[in-house]
Amino acid sequence: MLKQAASAAAEVIAGGRGAGMTHAWLFTGPPGSGRSNAAKAFAASLLCPDQGCGHCGSCHQVDVGSHADLTWIRPEGLSYSAKQTRELVLKAAGAPTQGRWRIVLFEDADRATEAAANALLKAVEEPPPRTVWLLCAPAPDDMIITIRSRCRVITLVTPPTEAVANVLVTRDGVDPELAHFAARASMGHIGRAKRLALDQESRQRRAEVLAIPRSLSSVGDCITAAERLVKTSSDDADAATTALNEVESADLRRMYGEGSTGKGLNKGLVRGGAGALKELETMQRSRATRIKRDSLDLALLDLVSYYRDVLAVQFGAAVELASERADVEAVARASTPEVTLRRIDAIMKCRERLAANVNPQIAIEAMTISLR
Amino acid sequence: MTLVVGDEELLADRAVAAVVAAVREADSGAEVHDLAGGKVELGELTQLASPSLFEDRSVVVIRSAQDLSKDVIAEIVKYAAHPADDMFLVLAHPGGVKGKALVDGVKKAGASVVTVTRLTKPGERLDFIKAEVRAAGRTITQGAAQALLDAVGSDLRELAAACGQLAFDTADKSIDEAAVARYHRGRAEVTGFMIADLAVEGRLAESLEQLRWSLATGGPPVLIVSALAGGLRSLAKLSGAPRNLRGAQLAGQLGMPPWKVDRVRRQLNGWGPIGLSAAIQAVADADEQVKGGGTDPAYALERTIQVIVASRTGR
Repeated sequence: MLKQAASAAAEVIAGGRGAGMTHAWLFTGPPGSGRSNAAKAFAASLLCPDQGCGHCGSCHQVDVGSHADLTWIRPEGLSYSAKQTRELVLKAAGAPTQGRWRIVLFEDADRATEAAANALLKAVEEPPPRTVWLLCAPAPDDMIITIRSRCRVITLVTPPTEAVANVLVTRDGVDPELAHFAARASMGHIGRAKRLALDQESRQRRAEVLAIPRSLSSVGDCITAAERLVKTSSDDADAATTALNEVESADLRRMYGEGSTGKGLNKGLVRGGAGALKELETMQRSRATRIKRDSLDLALLDLVSYYRDVLAVQFGAAVELASERADVEAVARASTPEVTLRRIDAIMKCRERLAANVNPQIAIEAMTISLR
Repeated sequence: MTLVVGDEELLADRAVAAVVAAVREADSGAEVHDLAGGKVELGELTQLASPSLFEDRSVVVIRSAQDLSKDVIAEIVKYAAHPADDMFLVLAHPGGVKGKALVDGVKKAGASVVTVTRLTKPGERLDFIKAEVRAAGRTITQGAAQALLDAVGSDLRELAAACGQLAFDTADKSIDEAAVARYHRGRAEVTGFMIADLAVEGRLAESLEQLRWSLATGGPPVLIVSALAGGLRSLAKLSGAPRNLRGAQLAGQLGMPPWKVDRVRRQLNGWGPIGLSAAIQAVADADEQVKGGGTDPAYALERTIQVIVASRTGR
């Protein structure tokens, strides 16, 4: 599919069905549809002298993210600020050094705050002649309308289960049965399917999350389940950040003169060091919160897919189920479609609350209680 | 030479002032140098300690001694071993690790040490109030002391000022509750936990009153919400605990201290699963409201407390 996207893009540049090259592109599609990969392939074909051969130096540099004309933005914190965006706009204004284009690939552009999006607007509106913006977001609606209207939108879709399973079997050598399970469970998200297929712990985690609906017999159970979910998410964040934080702090301290030797040196941090450290810590906290939220969100989406299956069974819809049929049928018999819909609403409400910075434990407790 | 160690500012100030006053009493012409730790330069102390032409006594006070630089600390410790006869050195250090070399060094050299630790228990603060009033030549009843503590809060400086003012304003030998009530009213410090306890016990009026006090004195709404959530969470946990567990085992299972288990058990009276569910939902709503989802955190909190109390139906 990425090849398709790249060739479609090449056709557009060549003045085919489209109207030639555009300076701003918006790649949209559900998680797992390969937004950033498609954007990367497109960037490679723009920079490559051979329109994306895949094995020249330029393509290789794009692949590992070290190409001088490609600025790759991957927001790590909770949001991408206006200040960062202004710096980015400045960087994007330069002329390309080697290729024909200077490309800015902005992953998760929906993380940009409204102020940041407005700061970006001017650059997208009147870009320098050789600059190309590649923005990625789940849906066109996630970007403010003024940016959306200045981009050419490329809509990607998730591949069918068969295709995902096929990739897992042929590329990663996964056992076909497991590959089918992972492909169904991930609902078309290739990256997630791969993790489910290859990582025992991810499967275990998913099984635990899906066991929650059946474990909620008393209010106390709801509280316990919520506690466990929140604990798992903060463990995730710890695992992902603790080592990284230490390395970053040590690097910054060294930059500000700690451990240096010589006359008049080694007196701790030089001027500005404390401020910079504080800024770094704020960034690290924001990153940890984001990982925590993403981890919770993953669990919530698993739950939503479970109740979607329940609903499908209740209505007798002939769709593929992401969860085990026997499991789902038991729940489907014990409740009504109204109840199921209310439960799905509660999960979605919980996601909204998490995004609105509500204390995760409180939000999840309210959700598990609604699932009871 | 005196070392005042401790983080209770008022008491430290008083200890320093007492030394200065004692020196002044012995020699009214004594000169006082009041220095801040971070600004003392190397050699300054030696200069001050060198004999003066007129053989005046002097007092050198160094406050926030934790900020002294390493070199100055070394200088002071060296000086402490051979102090000058006509100079009194008073060092105020808040305790803690920073500048600990100074504390250890000066103690070793034989300085008299005054320890002023922060008062943490309400009982200690009551004793402080009583001592304060006694120092002014008056007495205060237990109830009046408690009322004063509730109304003024836990800052010793404010308490001391309030005691002084009361002793000045009232005529009777003993200060009673009526006298305190004439000048002080209300509560300075209300924690979210107090509000939450009252709410889950179904005492609506008191709970709302405390909430008002808390908000009026700048209590952060977010903490009140999390206390409410915590209170309900404890109830839910205990209600779902296995029936056969008792005592320490139960406390371990719930992750609460045993005394809290007892209290939560009393609070669980009148709560049923439906009510608990509704109350927890209301708290989640409130958290969203106080974090920018609504326009008025005070309204959101009041409403939540009303919902909580109304949910306590036994069902």
